[in-house]
Amino acid sequence: MKHQKIAFVVMLAIFAAAPLVVYPVFMMKVMCFALFACAFNLLIGFGGLLSFGHAMFLGTAGYIAAHAAKVWGFPPELAILAGTFAAFVLGVVTGLLAIRRQGIYFAMITLALAQMIYFFYLQAPFTHGEDGIQSVPRGRLFGFIDLTNIFAMYYTVLVVFFAGFLLIWRTIHSPFGQVLKAIRENEPRAISLGYDTTHYKFQAYVLSATLAGLAGATKAIVFQLASLTDAHWTMSGEVVLMTLLGGLGTIFGPVVGALIIITMENYLAHLGAWVTIVQGVIFVICVLTFRRGVIGEIANFLKKPL
Amino acid sequence: MTEIFGVPTQALFGQLLIGLINGSFYALLSLGLAVIFGLLNIINFTHGAQYMLGAFCAYLLLNKLGVGYWWSLAAAPLIVGALGMLIERLMLKHLYKLDHLYGLLLTFGLALIIQGVFRNEYGSSGQPYPIPQELSGGHNLGFMFLPNYRAWVIAVSLVVCLATWFVIERTKLGSYLRAATENPALVQAFGINVPRMITLTYGFGVALAAFGGVMAAPIYQVSPQMGADLIIVVFAVVVIGGMGSIMGSILTGFGLGVIEGLTKVFYPEASNTVIFIIMAIVLLIKPAGLFGTQK
Repeated sequence: MKHQKIAFVVMLAIFAAAPLVVYPVFMMKVMCFALFACAFNLLIGFGGLLSFGHAMFLGTAGYIAAHAAKVWGFPPELAILAGTFAAFVLGVVTGLLAIRRQGIYFAMITLALAQMIYFFYLQAPFTHGEDGIQSVPRGRLFGFIDLTNIFAMYYTVLVVFFAGFLLIWRTIHSPFGQVLKAIRENEPRAISLGYDTTHYKFQAYVLSATLAGLAGATKAIVFQLASLTDAHWTMSGEVVLMTLLGGLGTIFGPVVGALIIITMENYLAHLGAWVTIVQGVIFVICVLTFRRGVIGEIANFLKKPL
Repeated sequence: MTEIFGVPTQALFGQLLIGLINGSFYALLSLGLAVIFGLLNIINFTHGAQYMLGAFCAYLLLNKLGVGYWWSLAAAPLIVGALGMLIERLMLKHLYKLDHLYGLLLTFGLALIIQGVFRNEYGSSGQPYPIPQELSGGHNLGFMFLPNYRAWVIAVSLVVCLATWFVIERTKLGSYLRAATENPALVQAFGINVPRMITLTYGFGVALAAFGGVMAAPIYQVSPQMGADLIIVVFAVVVIGGMGSIMGSILTGFGLGVIEGLTKVFYPEASNTVIFIIMAIVLLIKPAGLFGTQK
């Protein structure tokens, strides 16, 4: 725990000081994706469930938040809450279906459900199809903080990200998190000890979906845009990649993974399809030789969980 | 003009035909996935990319070497299948002892690489591939016009699917395969080279996908993304059918193709999503899939 606390303080300091050195919009993107990846990691790293459809939560929350802010005139905090709530509802509905199958089937089912949601957004009028919902107003937080100021926006995202991160951290170390880990390690044994494992997995799934939604809703307000990209299966693949590269089942891994992948995409953006190729190569290398991920390797070296 | 349920028969049978064509590809691909999963315990995410490779193989053979459709139909599956076996020997082999999810992640990465390379080279637009001369034209059946090539695709897919079923369920080779699916260690103890069988099985499943790709080339355009969305639908097909039975995969594939075609006639808005909706319903009623058994 002591190492984790030190790592946490270092991370907080880095993100708090970053806008003095790095372009703030870039760091906000990193934080949104880091929260998305942390939410995803809660499910696979601690629940042992690989969702290949997490983009549906990111995309749904983004669309609802953008629509609420732009068309219904919601203030930003309520728009973000509305988006997060939409992801929660979607998490409950898809969770009830997907949780009926395990392992490899779970991945295929979540992927298929996400594709269905994607086609829905492609056709639904309120999403404006390929254009997406553009120029979403950032508005005033709680009525008096003007979010068009880049630093006000930055520290709002910072608070959202760290709130989400701490919630996940707390969940992992709670009795609930311990039961999840027990289920991941040996499900029949957990059942024999009297735990309703399906129920625990469902709760983890819904929590993960909701926090992914929080990331998506915040992202829509920051970039003033909700588009199909966020709901596409490539996005689901990207969050898997971030988590895998950073370290499955580590606490800080997804953040590092998101930072690396977003940085890489930033530099390779003008090369078109090369981004996809590089992502594929990282996948292959990670699976074949680097399954612990960056943080997992460091933790292994220090012999301390991070 | 004659109508059935207020829909012109021409449109109805036209969509049914398209449904059967799509169903042929669903059946071929889900069959390959099921065979690979049975023995390797890996969901082959590269399957869509390998289907695309089959189509591109035919396209390149025609445009670079002047090799026609009929030779491609044999050559492309062999080439892509051989590439598949190389992937199995070099990469997948190392994952059998790990969680199944790593196989999915590795093949997903491979699919990204293959699709990215072809998109770099050919962009996102499709390349045309001509229908072979022997199969151009069509027949007027009275109630609809049936293009020869489409009839050929449906017939050949059916034959290939049924032949695969026959080999796996009714021959000695198939019995080894089924035994190795149940208990590889025991089969190996009887002196059968299981690792080689695994390699060949993967190659065969991949070759089926490539074969589908060659047949699809004259119907759809040859494009780097042609397999990417298809594979997700095929995953849903596999979930609906359950991977326990070969015949189940074939029936589900063709059946869902037809249902999708009919949806295009009666409620076009849902034609993209109908298979996913059916998947959700099947999960509620029979979570193991129509032909599956829950392990």
